Amino acid sequence: MAFQTLLFYLFGTVLLAAATAAVTLRNMVHAALSLILSFFTAAMLWMLLEAEFLSILLVLVYIGAVLVLFLFVVMMVERHTPTIHRRRNYRIVASAVAAVMVAELGMALLAPDFSPIAQPLPAPLEYSNTKALGSVLYTDYALAFEAAAVALLVAIVGAIALTLRVRPDHHRQNPARQSRVRKQDRLRLTDGRSEPPC
Amino acid sequence: MLSLTHFMLLSGALFAIGVAGVFVNRRHALVLLMSLELILLAVNTNLIAASHYLQDLAGQAFALFVLTIAAAEIAIGLAIVVVVFRSRETIDAEDLSEVRG
Repeated sequence: MAFQTLLFYLFGTVLLAAATAAVTLRNMVHAALSLILSFFTAAMLWMLLEAEFLSILLVLVYIGAVLVLFLFVVMMVERHTPTIHRRRNYRIVASAVAAVMVAELGMALLAPDFSPIAQPLPAPLEYSNTKALGSVLYTDYALAFEAAAVALLVAIVGAIALTLRVRPDHHRQNPARQSRVRKQDRLRLTDGRSEPPC
Repeated sequence: MLSLTHFMLLSGALFAIGVAGVFVNRRHALVLLMSLELILLAVNTNLIAASHYLQDLAGQAFALFVLTIAAAEIAIGLAIVVVVFRSRETIDAEDLSEVRG
């Protein structure tokens, strides 16, 4: 149990440091890499909470796809806009808001009537988090699951529609015209003698 | 001995860092998106911690949905950033104040 506590504090420190770096570093590529580190550390914390499926999902799908896409956009945009001036005076407001939020949450969570919930026993060895989550997702939350799938589809179509640009000087295939071609448009029969030079 | 309070305080601190990031970088559209990601990560950590300590899988299912919507949101957000950058050569959020009510 003490080892888990040690891991919690280790990952928690790394998580908060990486998150702070992600929002304060001036080099945007470094900031995006810090964001990736914080997501990875959060995945380790989720593993500590026995949410294995979501933890692996966060690493594979979220870091592997979404944050790498983020890194692509950062590198594309940042080359041309190296510095956007950041105003100093918002730092005080930001620190104040964050401090108030943490203080309020701490007061709420550390109050004596916030009854401590006992640490649950570790799951048995044959317990599969993925199987349990799947059996909930495809039964109780089937409608929400399909709605999430539709939301992803809308996001795909929206992202493509937003970034698609049709340039008039581009040479592209036109499948409709290609399939409308008839034999007489392309083929000309000759009588076998050589053509006169044109 | 780890308790639910530990995890909730950690995710609360992470949430506060995300909100502070929105304040500090309110001109830079990409850092705004990164702060939003941190906020959603804090929310997910909170949901999963509660799910573990209350022994209820609903929290993990909900975290999965939040993750899905966050991925959709970041895809659209990045597409908008790319479109804005293409047409204006900048992503300074304060330059995008032409549309006024």
